[in-house]
Amino acid sequence: MDLHSIFVIARLTFKEAARRRILLAALLLGISFLILYGIGVHYIYTEALPQDGGPTTTIVTRQALNFLLMSGLYAINFLTLAMGALISADTLAGEINSGTIQAIVTKPIRRREVVIGKWLGFTGLIGLYLTLMVGGVMGIIYFRTGYAAPNIPNGVAIIYLETILVMTITLACSSTLSTLATGGVVFGLYGLAFIGGFVEQIGAALRNETAVNIGILSSLIMPSEALLRRASYEMTPPITQTLGFGGGPLMVVSVPSPLMVTYGALYLALMLAFALRQFGRRDL
Amino acid sequence: MLALETKNLRKLFGDHLAVRGLTLQVQQGEVFGFLGPNGAGKTTSIKMMLGLVAPTSGNATLLGEPLGDRQARAKIGFLPEHFRFHDWLTAHEFLTLHGQLYRMPSSRLRDRIAKLLELVGLTPFRNKQLRTFSKGMLQRIGLAQALLNDPALVFLDEPTSGLDPVGRRLVRDIIRDLKSKGTTVFLNSHLLSEIEITCDRVAFIKHGEVIRTAELKTLVEGETGVTIRAGGLTGEAVAGLGQWGCNVRADGDHIHLTITSESALPAIARYLVEQNAEVYSITPQKSSLEDLFIQIVGTDGGL
Repeated sequence: MDLHSIFVIARLTFKEAARRRILLAALLLGISFLILYGIGVHYIYTEALPQDGGPTTTIVTRQALNFLLMSGLYAINFLTLAMGALISADTLAGEINSGTIQAIVTKPIRRREVVIGKWLGFTGLIGLYLTLMVGGVMGIIYFRTGYAAPNIPNGVAIIYLETILVMTITLACSSTLSTLATGGVVFGLYGLAFIGGFVEQIGAALRNETAVNIGILSSLIMPSEALLRRASYEMTPPITQTLGFGGGPLMVVSVPSPLMVTYGALYLALMLAFALRQFGRRDL
Repeated sequence: MLALETKNLRKLFGDHLAVRGLTLQVQQGEVFGFLGPNGAGKTTSIKMMLGLVAPTSGNATLLGEPLGDRQARAKIGFLPEHFRFHDWLTAHEFLTLHGQLYRMPSSRLRDRIAKLLELVGLTPFRNKQLRTFSKGMLQRIGLAQALLNDPALVFLDEPTSGLDPVGRRLVRDIIRDLKSKGTTVFLNSHLLSEIEITCDRVAFIKHGEVIRTAELKTLVEGETGVTIRAGGLTGEAVAGLGQWGCNVRADGDHIHLTITSESALPAIARYLVEQNAEVYSITPQKSSLEDLFIQIVGTDGGL
């Protein structure tokens, strides 16, 4: 592996996102969301939540604020996933299709350095965007209400893992399939995880084992929603966890095991290895 | 050391045989033309030589190194056919990117970029994004890209496509300049006139096989048709032309014959004057590369 070449490609990936205004579009969307979110939080906090300071109201308020925070993170997670998938779906497939890649890989650079460089570029872009947006949501909640979730580093790290996992799956598909097929596969997988996740939670609430197993199976096929639920669970105060109201809109009843995080990381490594291998040996 | 040598390169895409068995040798410093009808496997052959497409069997060396060697690739330039580049880069950024991929030191790269932009006439457009470029300008910047590293071997796949006559002349001048510097040029072009002017040697390929390799000089020499326009010649005088060639035909003032070498022309001129003919013109008609192409490859176009 040659760091210089990887760095050149990673920087090119950043530049592309900036030049093609993908970053700008994602930031504008993110900022509009944060403005709406801030207004919502303000009015819910001042008008809908009891503030007499009693022990029960404190618990209720904290629970409500946690719900609000998780809802915000859920929306941001979706925006980040969408940006990550959009920039990575076309990257290999598009450059192979247009022939742009031909003048690149005939230079003294290894094909795997191209893939790693792109992957690092996307990982950096997603990290930057996620940091800005998570900071925005958490900042709004904290400065308006004084509430801070527990275990933020753990929770955010899991969300980051989840978003780069989806990007890596997209990159892996893009090394083999066309841009359109890549979009279809990733969207389908995301839908599967989304529906599977809710089947699992409803199953757990109704104590139906089959439904829970279907959910777990779908999480193994696509771990994104399970990781997000684990992240929400991590950032929920213990008392809310005990009451079974963690996870905000995700309604985490059946808590994904911490092993899911290891599984997610392995899944990511496997997808990256697949992308390297496929792109390394295909005809361009 | 040969600049390029391929031995029985073969490529199957599924059950479609794109290249049957390509064997050729290119000497260093040579301008080598790669000719063949559409679908003969020229682009696939070039892609195999450059490591873009893996051969099904056979092998090759570039600058003495096996295919895919990175040291060898650092000394190669490539202008792909119908290429597209990252069009959101400016001309200067684009060349910088490719220079960095060649791992050129930044001071040398800066000089080289300025020189090449000047060479291809794009200096005024250095800070314009490639998306605003015309087809000809893109071809020029692509050519500059292929020459960034002062390559020892340059592959040009259809370098004049999309170029106007001025651009085509530029490409010819660049090739001539490369040749004078000892650079090996591997040229794939549909424009036979291009090949005729620039190449030392050509290979004709058909169905993914080299069917003939020849030096261009010997190829276009040989039999030459001559048309003479002259008045006042007797029938015997016309018949006397047979000593320099064959197929002598007279058609009014016009006489056609086929000679075996151009060196016969002065003798023919002298003879005509001695016969008291009024000579208006003696025109040799070289058989063009196009005629040869059709003769060698056939009119079926290899389909």
